[in-house]
Amino acid sequence: MSGTEDGGMEDGGMEGGGMGGAGLEGAREGSGAKAGATAGSATEDSGEKAGTTEDGAGEDGGSSDGGTGRRGTPTVRPAATAPARRAASPTARRTATRTGQYAALLAYLAFLAFPFLWLISTAFKPPRELGSIHPTWIPEAPTLENFRQAFAQQPLLAAAGNSLLAAALSALSAIVLATPMAYVLARYRNRLSRAATGWVVISQAFPLVLVIIPLFLILKGIHLVDSRIGLIMVYVVWSLPFALWMLTGYVRAVPPELEEAAAVDGAGRVRTLVSVTAPLLAPGIVATALFAFITAWNEFFFALVLLKSPGKQTLPVVLTHFLGTEGVADLGPLAAAALLATLPSLLLFAVIQRRITGGMLAGAVKN
Amino acid sequence: MRHDNTPTPPARIPRRGLLAAAAALPAAALLPGCSDDRRRRTSGGRITLRFQSLAWQQDSLKVNKQLVAEWNRQHPTVQVQYVQGAWPTVHDQLLTSFEGGEAPDIIHDATDDLADFAYGGDLADLTALLPPRLRRDIPQQSWETATFDGRIHGVPFLQEPRVLIANRATLHRSRVRIPTPENPWTWEEFADVAQRLTRGTDHGVAWPLKEPVSATLNLALSTGGRMFHRRPDGTVEVRFDAVDQVVPRTIHDQVNVDRSASRTTLGMGGSDTLPGFFAGRCAMVPLGFSYRQQIVQQAPKGFDWTVLPAPKGTALDQGVSPQTLSIAEDCPHKEAAMAFIDFLLRPPNMVRLALGDWLLPTGQEALRDPALRVARYDWATGTALAGSLRSAPAQSVRGYPEWKDKVATPGLQEYYSGAIDLDTLRKRLVRDGNLVLARYQR
Repeated sequence: MSGTEDGGMEDGGMEGGGMGGAGLEGAREGSGAKAGATAGSATEDSGEKAGTTEDGAGEDGGSSDGGTGRRGTPTVRPAATAPARRAASPTARRTATRTGQYAALLAYLAFLAFPFLWLISTAFKPPRELGSIHPTWIPEAPTLENFRQAFAQQPLLAAAGNSLLAAALSALSAIVLATPMAYVLARYRNRLSRAATGWVVISQAFPLVLVIIPLFLILKGIHLVDSRIGLIMVYVVWSLPFALWMLTGYVRAVPPELEEAAAVDGAGRVRTLVSVTAPLLAPGIVATALFAFITAWNEFFFALVLLKSPGKQTLPVVLTHFLGTEGVADLGPLAAAALLATLPSLLLFAVIQRRITGGMLAGAVKN
Repeated sequence: MRHDNTPTPPARIPRRGLLAAAAALPAAALLPGCSDDRRRRTSGGRITLRFQSLAWQQDSLKVNKQLVAEWNRQHPTVQVQYVQGAWPTVHDQLLTSFEGGEAPDIIHDATDDLADFAYGGDLADLTALLPPRLRRDIPQQSWETATFDGRIHGVPFLQEPRVLIANRATLHRSRVRIPTPENPWTWEEFADVAQRLTRGTDHGVAWPLKEPVSATLNLALSTGGRMFHRRPDGTVEVRFDAVDQVVPRTIHDQVNVDRSASRTTLGMGGSDTLPGFFAGRCAMVPLGFSYRQQIVQQAPKGFDWTVLPAPKGTALDQGVSPQTLSIAEDCPHKEAAMAFIDFLLRPPNMVRLALGDWLLPTGQEALRDPALRVARYDWATGTALAGSLRSAPAQSVRGYPEWKDKVATPGLQEYYSGAIDLDTLRKRLVRDGNLVLARYQR
């Protein structure tokens, strides 16, 4: 395409993020939705756990004797004393609530899944079906030609390798840095730690374009432009606040009584952290690592601006090579490449999901 | 000092040191990836130049890579490395590349994106480097598109006229006169034809105006509209005179008065209108010449379409922003880079590039090539329009991008949708527009 149109070519990217056209948006939506789902579920998870544990802790503190004998046993009203007609009503209410919850969840899932399912459908459609005014979910003449073209046109495998390296190393670094910080913030609560947590939350509101130029200049000053190390450093810094915030919640969910019990049994501080706290934190660490990985895997703008050599470009950047001017896209190959780009994080989440369970703390503290 | 004879035990590496070394390994593996630009560009007397191409279509990619390979075979001492860029992100990518000293040596872009880089000193002045053959082959009107402050900062090589892509069967059924490049429709005639082609919910025309500014400005050149006027002191002012208003008013009336144009396509890009076009929902779509490739790929079997010239006003002129090849000011081997550009734009190669991108070459010799004069896919219609393509009026104006985004795009979108009248549009474009431009001209 010629540069006849000026769409998105003059000024913009620094203001607008310079994102690609609809195809890429779609692709990113797919993965973005996934990332959202991931983060969402992970957070929900942690929230649930935290909730459960807090409750637990509350009960513990409030109802069990906790070995102190200061509180009596809670009075539990026997079910037999409740009238039968009043027992039916809560059951019906519970059923209705549960049905509503499932309906809302299904609607939310459909909303999240639509872009991804449409991406799958588009990836297997021949060009003539892409131009149809009556698009179908199932391609009438499914083809693998889009995949063949995508691989023939762009170095997708090399780009995926670059993305994998950046995402894995940045996730690992973020976890190594965030875990001890989160422990400190969760366990030593004072005015300073509360201010630090507040700052972490506020920092999430900073837009990308606010930091890109200062970051670029800093990295240029230390010769880390067009360097994978530079990009990974940026990813770590970018994902660290949220990772810290997430992990703090997980640390709070681990009852301090466990550490106290270990100390009573003679374990030192390090032994307690390694043998008692860390295993209980594992699901939280996995969830946070997954979040950091997917954030880096899907990231586009930093990679575009910081990496210049073709051999270092990451997958989201390479996906834009299927786009022309004026939002025109080589839609079939773009959809095929975007689908392949979403699969690793999807598979990773599917594999790790079982590890992110809220039940690991069940029974840890005796109530 | 030791005086006993006990052998010194081997030095033990502390565990902490081992751990640190292990942690440093992945980082060490990454170190070769750190930038060392100068070392990469010259090794053992051999020069390596980086050519960032924005080719994105299958055929175009193939041609660009083939030409680079051919050059490398013929020039063992000046090797060219093909680097892939992308149209939607090229501005940001170049901006930071220049800032970071990592810019490619040979840069593929478009004239409407060059102003900032040209005025900012990032692009080399090619005036003295251009080979006479290349200078002669490309007409002056094309050179003007890449000239800033009297200096040539890019070689314009591919250009795209706006055309009307029409459903041939519908045209024949309605018995309208079929326009030719020699005898195109006037804007009034075009409006009449669009009305005649409108039947019920099927419209005569569908304007894809997601990016309304360049379409409006470039087509308005046919009625003498320029909108940007340079004063004797070199500053630019925005005016919205009667000649500037013909094209916007025609589009507005088609959408809001006689309803011969579809309202729903106003917010669409060109590709989005194609399914409706194939389904007969509209008889004509004003699009860039290269959209023929998508039509060939996507149109249902047996769908009969044709390319018509855009309507004319006082002339058939329209503004274009050709694709260009530039050289970075930082490039240490400008003559070698120019030699590569000269090779890339030899007439036969220019024809290959034009065919690969479904565009028109700027070179006169390439335009005469029989491959671009065939009736198939209406290549001949487009080639006949090449002489009427002029420099887009806005592209050398500093502050144009901001004027476009903040003033003109919302203004034109509201006007085309019927939310504001022509007088309100004029006030916005001129008053607000001149305020924006003034900031760039202090």
